[in-house]
Amino acid sequence: MENLAQYADWAYLIGAILFILALRGLSSPASAIMGNRYGMIGMALAVAATFVVVGSLHGGVIVLKPAYALILGAMVLGAVIGIFRARTVPMTQMPETVAMMHSLVGLSAVLIAIAAVLNPSSHHDAVHRFELFVGCFVGAITFTASVFAYGKLAAKKWAKSLKGGWVKPVQAILAIAMLFFGFGYLTTESMNDFYAMTLCALVLGYLWIGPIGGGDMPVVVSLLNSFSGWAAAGIGFTLNNSMLIIAGSLVGSSGAILSYVMCRAMNRSLFNVLFGGFGAAAAGPAAGDGKEKNYKTGSADDAAFMMSNADSVVIVPGYGLAQARAQNAVKELGDLLKEKGVKVSYAIHPVAGRMPGHMNVLLAEADVPYEDVKEMDEINSDFAATDVVLIIGANDVVNPAAKNDPSSPIYGMPILEAQRARSIMVIKRSMSTGYAGLDNDIFYMDKTMMIFGDAKKVAEDILKSLSGGGH
Amino acid sequence: MNETVVQISEQVITVADHASSVPFVNVFTVFVLAIFVGYYVVWSVTPALHTPLMAVTNALSGIIVVGAMLQTVYFSGPGADGITATTVLGAIAVFLACINIFGGFAVTGRMLDMFKKKKK
Repeated sequence: MENLAQYADWAYLIGAILFILALRGLSSPASAIMGNRYGMIGMALAVAATFVVVGSLHGGVIVLKPAYALILGAMVLGAVIGIFRARTVPMTQMPETVAMMHSLVGLSAVLIAIAAVLNPSSHHDAVHRFELFVGCFVGAITFTASVFAYGKLAAKKWAKSLKGGWVKPVQAILAIAMLFFGFGYLTTESMNDFYAMTLCALVLGYLWIGPIGGGDMPVVVSLLNSFSGWAAAGIGFTLNNSMLIIAGSLVGSSGAILSYVMCRAMNRSLFNVLFGGFGAAAAGPAAGDGKEKNYKTGSADDAAFMMSNADSVVIVPGYGLAQARAQNAVKELGDLLKEKGVKVSYAIHPVAGRMPGHMNVLLAEADVPYEDVKEMDEINSDFAATDVVLIIGANDVVNPAAKNDPSSPIYGMPILEAQRARSIMVIKRSMSTGYAGLDNDIFYMDKTMMIFGDAKKVAEDILKSLSGGGH
Repeated sequence: MNETVVQISEQVITVADHASSVPFVNVFTVFVLAIFVGYYVVWSVTPALHTPLMAVTNALSGIIVVGAMLQTVYFSGPGADGITATTVLGAIAVFLACINIFGGFAVTGRMLDMFKKKKK
């Protein structure tokens, strides 16, 4: 064992390379499956190497057996729960599942840091104590913040938004207290300071996410993804383990990039999301022109007629589509149109779902062909040449005010330029406003037809009309 | 029994000393370079796969299990009677990290299969 242990760092190096390849694979669906396998192999290698290291640490004394038993028992239990959840979770619940997983990483980091501090058989120098401090507080904030984000995304009753002027001062006080106790631990190695610091960080994580509205959760989940990575890297520093540091940094930068992508898609700055709180900007809702505006309504039959006579149809799905569980009906609609020789594609706004790439997964689950699904930048130039745009359960992401009206709160947000299509159909439950609380001029255009009703029901009606009254 | 403790402690201290003998800047170099690698690799991920990306990074954060395992083994004496707070906390952390590892890879695989079957 001891002979093998000296090669552990080599195993970690290979593991780290495999992790990088796992992320690299995600550049296309074809290579992603292999990438996922690389990730698994890298992880298995790292765990195996650690078993060997553990064996060498104790030079084969008897304590090895219960230690291995304990580790293996914990692993099996975790594997059973993890795999069960992975197999059963509905794709609509991915955002809260991911948030929950971030919280587990955070909690692990806290437990490991405390375990290391309590460890009677190792002593910690100042650098080491600093690393433990950082690993622990990042983990603690990640933990409670992610639990709260989970509650928000799963619409749990206990996860109510915190409101009021007291939140920010308390946040500041807690942050200072946390640093104070952290410094206390650094200088005196006092266990109580470490606990107090951890407690402050836990409450701080909760208060930090508390005031952030549900609509900003895509940013928050991405950001916590980043945090969970930094927590792992922090623990890597305390153990001087480069594999943990590398994996943690990869995850950390991945989450940071996703946060940036989400912020850009919502035209918000990260600072604004974290410390502004939505609604502040939209508090005085864009007054509009104050007069009743006219819109045209139509039926499913009208929609079926127009689409079957079109050359090209672009479907714009919003989260309303997923809420109505209309993915399958829409997919069948797309298939039928294609059979009739219509060119069908799907236009995805980055914040169409509730986490980055969420809508793509929901459509993939419904068997929508990958090649038909287009990202915003890819399809925006096509709208002008599109005969019919079918907007289902989306609102703010197709609001032309974001382009034309500098006084609009969402001015500057990148949108799907559906308004440039030759004709527009909107399936919507009512004329109510979207998440941002804004009216949408696209509903009142001459070429727009509103079809009111449940997305799934309407899609099925169009389908019926298409297949019945077809050629 | 005391001898074992001393023996273990000495070994641990040796390991710790070895670890802290690595200059901080070396470890920090690895950290910074890994961030750069992550930055470029993640920008090459297609936006359509951002959800699987998040799920797989969840699994990768499970690498923290390595740290948890290294804590779990610090029994203060031979056998199960030597269980300390460190070993218990370590074992719980192993358990939590493994939910992430197995759950993360499994759910990523499940999602990627959805994307695959359309590729005729």
